[in-house]
Amino acid sequence: MDTHDLILVTIIAEPVLEDRLTREIMDRGATGYTITEVRGRGTRGIRTGDIPGQSIRIETLVTVDVADALLDRAAEAWFPHYAVVAWASPVRVIRGDKF
Amino acid sequence: MGVSGPKLSRLFLPDCTWSPGLTEILQLNLLSPITLAFALGILARIVRSEFSLPKDVYAGLGIYLLFALGLKGGVELAKVPLGGIMLPLLVTLLLGCIRPLTSYVVLRRLARFGPVDSAGIAAHYGSVSAVTFIAALTFLDGVGEDVEGYLPTLLALLESPGIHIALAIGALKSSDRSQPMGEVLHEVLTGRTMVLLVGGLVVGYVMAPGTWEQVELFYDGAIFKGALCLFLLEMGVVAGERLSDLKRTGLKLLVFGVGMAVVHGVLGVAAGLAAGLSIGGATVLGAMSASASYIAAPPAVRMTLPEANPTLSLTASLAITFPFNIVLGIPLYYQIALWLS
Repeated sequence: MDTHDLILVTIIAEPVLEDRLTREIMDRGATGYTITEVRGRGTRGIRTGDIPGQSIRIETLVTVDVADALLDRAAEAWFPHYAVVAWASPVRVIRGDKF
Repeated sequence: MGVSGPKLSRLFLPDCTWSPGLTEILQLNLLSPITLAFALGILARIVRSEFSLPKDVYAGLGIYLLFALGLKGGVELAKVPLGGIMLPLLVTLLLGCIRPLTSYVVLRRLARFGPVDSAGIAAHYGSVSAVTFIAALTFLDGVGEDVEGYLPTLLALLESPGIHIALAIGALKSSDRSQPMGEVLHEVLTGRTMVLLVGGLVVGYVMAPGTWEQVELFYDGAIFKGALCLFLLEMGVVAGERLSDLKRTGLKLLVFGVGMAVVHGVLGVAAGLAAGLSIGGATVLGAMSASASYIAAPPAVRMTLPEANPTLSLTASLAITFPFNIVLGIPLYYQIALWLS
């Protein structure tokens, strides 16, 4: 089966960031994303869970360039003050020409 | 609207006309179903019971309470001439502008919190808790005190200005200037409380005469109070969860949460009486003024002032000021309204 090499960017963030993160993902060239509500604990511990609402996990399939732009933006704008984790992994995608 | 004297004596001493003391009022409040339900919620959390209301039921009850409050307020608002409520509206707006400033100054100068944390907490104390408002109405109903029916209009007015004033102070003091104020304005103005409360007010106001009676049984009376009890039970659980944070946030936050409530409560009662509200109306305005937000303010502060520590503001408003007002504050503001009048 034909597959395309793409990057899966995953971001776990506080719920208040949802609108801004999804807008930035689309602005930087992604064609879509998937959001799920998640629970967990990190170095910021209880602070994340302080605000009502559950943390979100955003996943998006993008090209290497878009992935780099997204991770740079996360490091610059979100890491300093918000509970955000982001990573990128190489994946093989069916119908990858869509992305 | 009748400005009547205390009628609590009727409940205890049918043939006596002397005013009830603070002890009697306190006792009546402490043993009311909503205070007891709240205490049960806290106890459930203290003994680490797994009990908590399903999230959707809690949200549903919140929607019901806010919409009912708006509807009833709108129906009553339609009955009063607009000119008659201008002064109470003006005084409420003034309270909305003053409270974030007094909170900020006290936090910064007396409690010595940092500028951004002070602004974050001040945003919560500049806004209002609708549940405290409803609890005050229920308390006054219990002591037989009349209140102006249009008071929910004042609640809607007090909700948002304070948040924006405090956030503006915070944005000036913050090193991070990239936060979107327009987005925050949208978030606060289209939040659950504003849509249901203001929407309910409008619906109640424009409702055709005679149609309120069709739904009154559902939105008013025993069903409303029963729903409030259940809501307070879960509020107790939510507040109880934060009690452990008190150890970390320290004594000065505790003193602030209680002290600020009393100062703002007295200010609200005095302003209400000066604006011509009844003793009951002034008590409710006092309770509103003394309360702090825990629904509208937290996400707005998190979005605009990410450097502010949310544990401080939420612990103060939910674990200190809210329980204080429910248990002691409301009867206290009533007593102060009686004294001042």
